[in-house]
Amino acid sequence: MAENTPVLELRDVNKSFGPIDVLHDISLKVHAGEVLCLLGDNGAGKSTLIKTLAGVHRPTSGTILMDGDEVSFDRPKDAQDRGISTVHQFGGTFPLMTIGRSFFVGVEPTKKFGPLKIFDRKTANETAVKAVQDFGITRIDDGDRLIGGLSGGERQSLAIARAVHFGARVLILDEPTAALGVKQASHVLRIVLEAKKRGLAVIFITHQVTHAMAVGDHFAVLIRGALAANFMRGEKSREEITDLMAGGEALADLDSIIEGYMETHEGHPPAPVA
Amino acid sequence: MDTFAIGNLMRRPEAGAILSLIAVIAFYVIFGGVNLVNLFGAASWVNFAANLGIVALPLGLLMIAGELDISIGAMIPAGSMSIAIVSGYYGMPIVVGMAVALGLGVLVGLVNGLLATRTTVPSLIITLGTLVAMQGIVLAGSVLLTGNASVPLSAPDWAKTIFGQLLGGSYQIIIVWWIALTALFVLIIHYTPWGNWVFAMGGDKESARNAGIPTNKVTITLFVLSAVSASFVGMCGAILFNSAQVSGGMNYIFNAVVSVVVGGVLLTGGFGSVMGIFFGTLTFAIVNQGIYFTDIDRNWSSLIIGVMLLLAVLMNNSFRKLAMTARPKKKPA
Repeated sequence: MAENTPVLELRDVNKSFGPIDVLHDISLKVHAGEVLCLLGDNGAGKSTLIKTLAGVHRPTSGTILMDGDEVSFDRPKDAQDRGISTVHQFGGTFPLMTIGRSFFVGVEPTKKFGPLKIFDRKTANETAVKAVQDFGITRIDDGDRLIGGLSGGERQSLAIARAVHFGARVLILDEPTAALGVKQASHVLRIVLEAKKRGLAVIFITHQVTHAMAVGDHFAVLIRGALAANFMRGEKSREEITDLMAGGEALADLDSIIEGYMETHEGHPPAPVA
Repeated sequence: MDTFAIGNLMRRPEAGAILSLIAVIAFYVIFGGVNLVNLFGAASWVNFAANLGIVALPLGLLMIAGELDISIGAMIPAGSMSIAIVSGYYGMPIVVGMAVALGLGVLVGLVNGLLATRTTVPSLIITLGTLVAMQGIVLAGSVLLTGNASVPLSAPDWAKTIFGQLLGGSYQIIIVWWIALTALFVLIIHYTPWGNWVFAMGGDKESARNAGIPTNKVTITLFVLSAVSASFVGMCGAILFNSAQVSGGMNYIFNAVVSVVVGGVLLTGGFGSVMGIFFGTLTFAIVNQGIYFTDIDRNWSSLIIGVMLLLAVLMNNSFRKLAMTARPKKKPA
């Protein structure tokens, strides 16, 4: 039973902003040690979906379950406390802070200095450097370096290492490879696989077919805020996936089917293609 | 080893301020015929720096956190007028006057902070509003209550000793306050988690909030700190000079911003240091007041400040790039 309970599950999640419905009846499961690739064009609702998972938005209706228990997040902090961690496109968001300092933003280690609690720079730096080196990025060896001096891939890696260090169980990666070159991107993909190996559930948002194919176990395609396709690796051929992702014929077909269906079904989308 | 130390200094936010300070002194010595002994022995620029510095410190922290507060320009006369009206005109005990002066700072700081956190209006505009509004309140209030725009105040000896005496005949006691506050801020900003939050907020407020930092609380605290510091400076001035005027204080806005920027604080937030702000203030004070020790016509001082500001900002930009890209030398394996 425990084996099959997904770490994170969405059941019929809807999200509207005033009169605008952005997400329609989304049901999704993510298991530990699984990489879910979330695909979809700009405006398909990917961002809204991950923000809902991260506690930035509350679903208008529907439920979110973690380990089978219903959860609700009032703030991003609540989601983080439950182990849902989001890493954004540019990873390190504090370019002018040092590695050690930014690693511990909000959870600074302290040591006693007389009656005062002083930021423990040495511990912060050592912990941060060790965490990222454990992920195989050995080029980061000085916690006093500024984040802005790291390469894009290193920043992503650091951000992922940070999330894992602070006990993330679900890792949401928002286009981590979008701004990276081939070599940098492969670093990040390796780290995604490492996170998966450590038993994390990874939700990986990307536009790049090759990146999704390289790490994905489970693929979900969003169109117009609805889940248009939801399938496991091996259930579809590479060509079909590529076509879905790259906005080919299959995607165009789905798009028009969903649009037509929703018009005649009070805004409810059809069941996703498996 | 020496080059290593210099390299490290170059990467620090205060590098530009220290170099500007040296450059300005050198300029005055070479082109202005300044006698260094006279300059360093003079109280005028130190007094100027201390008054400005107490305002510049919290303003600099606000700027590191990505905000701005120009209402300080009205809070300085507000501080001095309120203590003079309460304890001078109405003859209440000096502690009541102090409480009113500082309490007014807390109040205006809260208004600024709440508006800045509850709305999306830039803090420049918010504090522009409170600046002008407070000017009106101070002028109309003092005319209404006292019928005058200038009010005398005679403070008891103990208050004079702590807030308004002249050390050695010419050094204002506020210099001691400035140095103590600088030390306190260095400790808070660079050695406590709270300080780390200020930098994180300036880097990316959204991420900082998501990381669990109470960003609204920190922002409001910084605004309160800034307004209280300004009214503190006004209060000390009233105690020292035995009187308060509704005018004055506006110069502090630009002077403090220049000091902070020369001190290496990034205008968009996220980068800077307390020592940088300290040296930036010193540099500004020497340019502004040191000109009296030179053969240069003092009408040129604004030109010098402008050029120095531009040079310092350019320097700070390249130092920041250096800090980002250069990696410290490899430690011997």
